[in-house]
Amino acid sequence: MTKGLRQIAFYGKGGIGKSTTSQNTLAALAELGQKILIVGCDPKADSTRLILHAKAQDTILSLAAEAGSVEDLEIEMVMKTGFKNIRCVESGGPEPGVGCAGRGVITSINFLEENGAYEGIDYVSYDVLGDVVCGGFAMPIRENKAQEIYIVMSGEMMAMYAANNIAKGILKYANSGGVRLGGLVCNERQTDKELELAESLAKKLNTTLIHFVPRDNVVQHAELRRMTVLEFAPNSKQAEEYRKLATKIHANAGKGTIPTPITMDELEDLLMEHGIMKAVDESIVGKTAAELAAEVAA
Amino acid sequence: MSLAIEKTKARNKELIDEVLTAYPEKTVKKRAKHLATFEDGNPDCSVKSNIKSVPGVMTIRGCAYAGSKGVVWGPIKDMIHISHGPVGCGQYSWGARRNYYIGTTGIDTFVTMQFTSDFQEKDIVFGGDKKLAKIIDEIEALFPLNKGISIQSECPIGLIGDDIEAVSRKKSKEYDGKTIVPVRCEGFRGVSQSLGHHIANDSIRDWVFDKAEDKHKEFQSTAYDVAIIGDYNIGGDAWASRILLEEMGLRVIAQWSGDGSIAELENSPKAKLNVLHCYRSMNYISRHMEEKYGIPWVEYNFFGPSKIEESLRKIASHFDDKIKEGAERVIAKYRAIVDAVIAKYKPRLQGKTVMLYVGGLRPRHVIGAYEDLGMEIVGTGYEFGHNDDYQRTTHYVKDGTLIYDDVNGHEFEKFVEKIQPDLVGAGIKEKYVFQKMGVPFRQMHSWDYSGPYHGYDGFAIFARDMDMAINNPVWGMTKAPWK
Repeated sequence: MTKGLRQIAFYGKGGIGKSTTSQNTLAALAELGQKILIVGCDPKADSTRLILHAKAQDTILSLAAEAGSVEDLEIEMVMKTGFKNIRCVESGGPEPGVGCAGRGVITSINFLEENGAYEGIDYVSYDVLGDVVCGGFAMPIRENKAQEIYIVMSGEMMAMYAANNIAKGILKYANSGGVRLGGLVCNERQTDKELELAESLAKKLNTTLIHFVPRDNVVQHAELRRMTVLEFAPNSKQAEEYRKLATKIHANAGKGTIPTPITMDELEDLLMEHGIMKAVDESIVGKTAAELAAEVAA
Repeated sequence: MSLAIEKTKARNKELIDEVLTAYPEKTVKKRAKHLATFEDGNPDCSVKSNIKSVPGVMTIRGCAYAGSKGVVWGPIKDMIHISHGPVGCGQYSWGARRNYYIGTTGIDTFVTMQFTSDFQEKDIVFGGDKKLAKIIDEIEALFPLNKGISIQSECPIGLIGDDIEAVSRKKSKEYDGKTIVPVRCEGFRGVSQSLGHHIANDSIRDWVFDKAEDKHKEFQSTAYDVAIIGDYNIGGDAWASRILLEEMGLRVIAQWSGDGSIAELENSPKAKLNVLHCYRSMNYISRHMEEKYGIPWVEYNFFGPSKIEESLRKIASHFDDKIKEGAERVIAKYRAIVDAVIAKYKPRLQGKTVMLYVGGLRPRHVIGAYEDLGMEIVGTGYEFGHNDDYQRTTHYVKDGTLIYDDVNGHEFEKFVEKIQPDLVGAGIKEKYVFQKMGVPFRQMHSWDYSGPYHGYDGFAIFARDMDMAINNPVWGMTKAPWK
């Protein structure tokens, strides 16, 4: 493997904007002169569309299935080049409800490593689906894969919950392998006290909020054209935000931490601390409206 | 209680304590519950059973796939059984358990052939349903005389959630209602092959019986129809059993599943009585036929003349005098053969001690045959028995017999080393260990390439084989030359 190769991965709750954030950030890194490979690890295969201006590229697994097996593939068949010479591969996977997508990720990553996909590049970035549901989707955080994980989240309860779960996954492999948590990236949803909350969570998880990406409609405008903001509107304020994030990630080499995931109770406490959630009245848990009405009447 | 039995019990206790000393504390606690001495009057053998094996030991057990494909389904001769998944499970179970059958292999019978879907990486990732459908099409083209197909699930099928039921239904429809049976016998299910038997029984109930009700209209019932349940015809066992039932006037309409056919399975609900040999692997379907079709079932034992006589009379008691007389006639007819066998071998085997460790029904069923030859069982245990097996064992074993459930390599070796029986009867994995210890051995799963051992014919072969093992002059030559 190339010396000095940075391997990073973006994880986060489904729909949080992982693919958008990662592609914009990587485009900004490419602007800095970095040679980049994106490995999409989501069966939906939408991790590279903004770079390639394509709906979805041919995936390793669909090509392997056509050819017979993954051994029948050549690296050129699966790798495409897009904006700023960013190289892109998509692992792909089965249609929803059949087969084993997790095994597909393992197969694809092994194929890429064995076939020298990582030669002559500075960054490999893995874009992984919503949650670490099984061993296959943990592949990028296992030994000798991603060194730093960036968790994309927001001020929403479930996004924070997912972030905490991903931290648990990282912790599991942090001691056996070398994976570290690079930081949280908050993708603004304009929830109450979002920045404050994200910073608090980062602190609890023994990491930092590496960047707070404000909400801006230009991202959607760029997406509709299957482009990154960096390419669509390079002079926009939003493009500048992604450049800031890219610069921070670039400077973050070796600064990842071993996360300290928290319990569900601690997470709820955090929300209460910031006044997002009120203390739960245990006496009403599990009671129907009718039961509560009856209690009031009595 | 005699002094000798008292001493045996004390020795057993010491022995059990000794084998347990090799284990960490937690394991001692677990394994102690599986080792005991049988005490006269106890309702079972005082051992726990059907519990997950302890990690790290050499267990003899198999898996659910082994129970379904290897035991219950595999011998059904005119069906093709697909080992669905990666190639290993099918490859290493190829050739079956010497389940003899009549037919032309590859034309109308398929037992010793091996069919596998040979899963590759892409089948795991994208699912194997399409491949399964294609295999069924190929089977239909290449082996048009097959009468049905069963799909024996290997582990990955359950992990990736393939819908083999949907494929079975679709293909059955395409091939005019052909019997296609999906079996969810993934190896990781349950603690041993035992759950595989149960799953296989249930699949016959759900995918064979329910579809069979308007088939075989030409079948004409008689008052003397019986089905043999739980005889896998190892080395011809079911044939040696069947002739006795036929000679006493019964009509055997099905053999489950040794040398059996799908039509026989389908016709079984028309039997007047189900006669059950291997209780462990087929009590489930017997109970189902009793509940749904009102067919009574009776357990029997065709090992050794004493148990054969008892069983023939027990079976006959479910029929009229004609059959009862038939049973007596059969018993009388074979008396001379039995006497000759006993006269020849009993003097050579009298007083010899035996330790058994087998699966299914044999840890108890074969005891009578040994005793008919004057031999004594000093220890026995089940690979995958349940408590009802141990209850039934109490009718066979003597006070003071050492009982070991799911015994492992370490325990069994220690027991044999200390007890020094004249013969060990267990499986192929144990065979060479004990022979190297200088202890005569017979492989009691597939009769060491011999058999049949069922019925009167089988008893003669059994007696010869045991004599051959124990009195072989080779044991006198195993002393090292420097000793």
